[in-house]
Amino acid sequence: MNTLLKVRNLSARLRNGPALLRSVSFDVAAGEVRGLVGESGAGKSMIGKAILGTLPRAIQISGGEVWLDGEDLLQLTNAQLRQRIGEKGALIPQDPLTALNPSRRIGPQITDRLVHILKWRRSDAEARARELLGEVHIPDPERVVRSYPHELSGGMRQRILIATAFAAEPKLIIADEPTTALDVVVQKQILKLIKEMQTRHGTALVFVTHDLGVVSKICQTLSILYAGKVIEDTDVRDFFKGPSHAYAAALLAATPKFTDPESSLMPVPQSVIEAVREEVAAFDRGEA
Amino acid sequence: MVEGRIVARRGLGLRLWLSGGWLCFIAIAAIFAPWLSPQDPLAQDLFTSRLPPFWVDGAEAGFPLGSDSLGRDVLSRVIYGARTALIVAVTAGTLTCLIGATLGLLAGYFRGWIDLIVSRLIEIWMAFPPVLFAILLIAVLGTGLWSIVIAIVVIDWTRFARVVRAETMNQSVMDYVSSAQVAGRTRMGTLLTEILPNVLATIVTLLTLEMGIAVIVEAILSFVNLSISTDAPTWGGMIAEGRTSIHQAWWVLVVPLVALFLTVLSFSQLGEGLKDRFDPVLR
Amino acid sequence: MTDALFEIKDLYLSLPELARKPLVGAAPRIEILKGLSFDIPRGEVLGIVGGSGSGKSTLGRALLRLLEPTGGSIHFGGKDITHLSEDLLRPERQQFQMIFQDPMSSLNPRRRIGGIIGGPLRLHGIDNVSERIDEALDHVGLPQEFRERYPHELSGGQRQRVGIARAIALRPDFILADEIVSGLDVSSQAQVLNLLEELVKRLGLTLAFISHDLSVIRRLCTRIIVMHEGKIVENAETGALFEHPASAYSKELLAAIPLPDPDQVWA
Repeated sequence: MNTLLKVRNLSARLRNGPALLRSVSFDVAAGEVRGLVGESGAGKSMIGKAILGTLPRAIQISGGEVWLDGEDLLQLTNAQLRQRIGEKGALIPQDPLTALNPSRRIGPQITDRLVHILKWRRSDAEARARELLGEVHIPDPERVVRSYPHELSGGMRQRILIATAFAAEPKLIIADEPTTALDVVVQKQILKLIKEMQTRHGTALVFVTHDLGVVSKICQTLSILYAGKVIEDTDVRDFFKGPSHAYAAALLAATPKFTDPESSLMPVPQSVIEAVREEVAAFDRGEA
Repeated sequence: MVEGRIVARRGLGLRLWLSGGWLCFIAIAAIFAPWLSPQDPLAQDLFTSRLPPFWVDGAEAGFPLGSDSLGRDVLSRVIYGARTALIVAVTAGTLTCLIGATLGLLAGYFRGWIDLIVSRLIEIWMAFPPVLFAILLIAVLGTGLWSIVIAIVVIDWTRFARVVRAETMNQSVMDYVSSAQVAGRTRMGTLLTEILPNVLATIVTLLTLEMGIAVIVEAILSFVNLSISTDAPTWGGMIAEGRTSIHQAWWVLVVPLVALFLTVLSFSQLGEGLKDRFDPVLR
Repeated sequence: MTDALFEIKDLYLSLPELARKPLVGAAPRIEILKGLSFDIPRGEVLGIVGGSGSGKSTLGRALLRLLEPTGGSIHFGGKDITHLSEDLLRPERQQFQMIFQDPMSSLNPRRRIGGIIGGPLRLHGIDNVSERIDEALDHVGLPQEFRERYPHELSGGQRQRVGIARAIALRPDFILADEIVSGLDVSSQAQVLNLLEELVKRLGLTLAFISHDLSVIRRLCTRIIVMHEGKIVENAETGALFEHPASAYSKELLAAIPLPDPDQVWA
């Protein structure tokens, strides 16, 4: 399989402040789903933002390369990057309640990118929007394109965001904790939908999450992060057979598994946390 | 958010020092006016009229910032004008704050009929043009320092009530308020010991802003000759007089204008600086 | 029947929908709890589970009388507290405490930890406040130095420990825990749950644990109530619920949990 996204030694820091990403590297092949997993502060969302060029101004990329489809995104000007991401990338955001503009109708929000970046004719874009809403199993697309976000449920809005992400047939989609705000029953429907759409369109997916249960359902490969450093990069099946890094293993043991109440939900031992902290500190010393 | 905090922190020290410094300077000038003024601010002398400030040719010792068309010393008048300005700022600001913030806190926390009354009052108040309202009030109350203070309080309490009510409502839905109730704290106790400390930063910012506004309102009323008696020096009155001789003696207009500008700016900057100091997260 | 700490009979609760309040007159009310009946025996750890909008948090707030029921009754320790006024309720409040979902918003940002834990103690006129704060911190495994810290200086897991310390400091009979681990990282999640399990045993607490996630409460809870659209659809022993869920909604809820296992059949 050919590599679509190649992240090499990506480092970022707070301007004049501490390091946030520490030489992150991973590959995503065309059509592959890679999970970026870690606890809060691990930098998993930041990697997605760095790829899409949406990092807050306070955070500075201090080194590395992000190759998408044979082109280093970090070498592009802002205008070029916007154009390139508009053609080849997309985002499924975390919070369906704030990700849609409350004062605009759904239809134009789906077609924005088609019309403004890909220069489609408006009528074509609108036809495409209705087709996409059908694809994400929304009944009565005609009515929904004319609705405002507040008229729709949370699960419905998340479906619309998924349709929007796939609208321009991107090669890569970043999904940033897309189901964290939903309850389990809706989460299952949404995950299945993302998987279905991703398979049908052959899109590569970078799936940011803190939940190893979700990873096992949707990803083929995963990177486990701690303090902005990749500590394990592996195939999902291998990982669930037995993680090689002690911290990754502890994270798996801490994940709830109701079929196995006695050996899941185990607290991460202090010694493991100290060891992984020391590993990060050693990396910082080596870099300095 | 991270970015905002860092910027706030960096800008904090200098801003607070500069604005605080200027306000201290003005306060000292106001308190010790009789000793600091080189001349009697009311003494007229046509032989010394329209003297330029010291850095311009033709200046005279004893009139460091020049004199106006009636030969009165500009510096002395600005110093005495600071008295009026500060008295109005402090009394009007504090009274407005006490009344407006109290109503805002009660309305925002207890809701119900008190909120209904306060909210309707605010809506009615906001429909009056404030300057006309002030002029009308002064016309009824008569001119004088206290009329101005009363006019400002009567007009501007809504500014506090509106913002404090909204902020109180934001804080009231926080779980720490429910948690106080679970602990058995009374409603009033919760408002005073849990919510008020979290709304205080907003109140302080508004208070300093209001002090600046009071200075401006006093100046506007002086400008239209509705302030205190016409012979007591005020910045607004000086600006009004200076306007007529702008081509012959610009300093009569510019000096009080600069004093006014710096004072109002300092009040608002002091508020911003203090707000950050109040925040345990930024502190 | 005799050892029931809480007895809930035919509980109804509706809230005004302020967004649709007309200019004149009362806002329309939406019914959130629709006739719930159950007991919480002394010493039980009860799980209350449901999706968003199921009414589980409203039920929790009604139990603690943060909301007043519109129908039915709540008895606590044999006493009817359904419509008790805030003044009469105040002495009772010492007996039932709550741990909140979001430890950041439930800890007053302007107070030090010592004040947060000590505040309720002083309100109820307890003398040796300082020792009781130390005792509570000790129970949740936080060092005494934390008394001087502010909430924002703590990690998420530590803040939730402070929330627990505040609840147990009054030595209540009953604690309600409302989604207390859903905002935490998995590693702190396990620690907080283990701590709670241990405290329940050590202090002989009766606990109600509200959660949207069945998988975190299997080990902790002895019995589970499943809620859906304001009603109880199942009330069963924990083991029985997981092995043989009776209602269709419980089955759906169980089947939707993503286990950390790529071989799980997740149709």
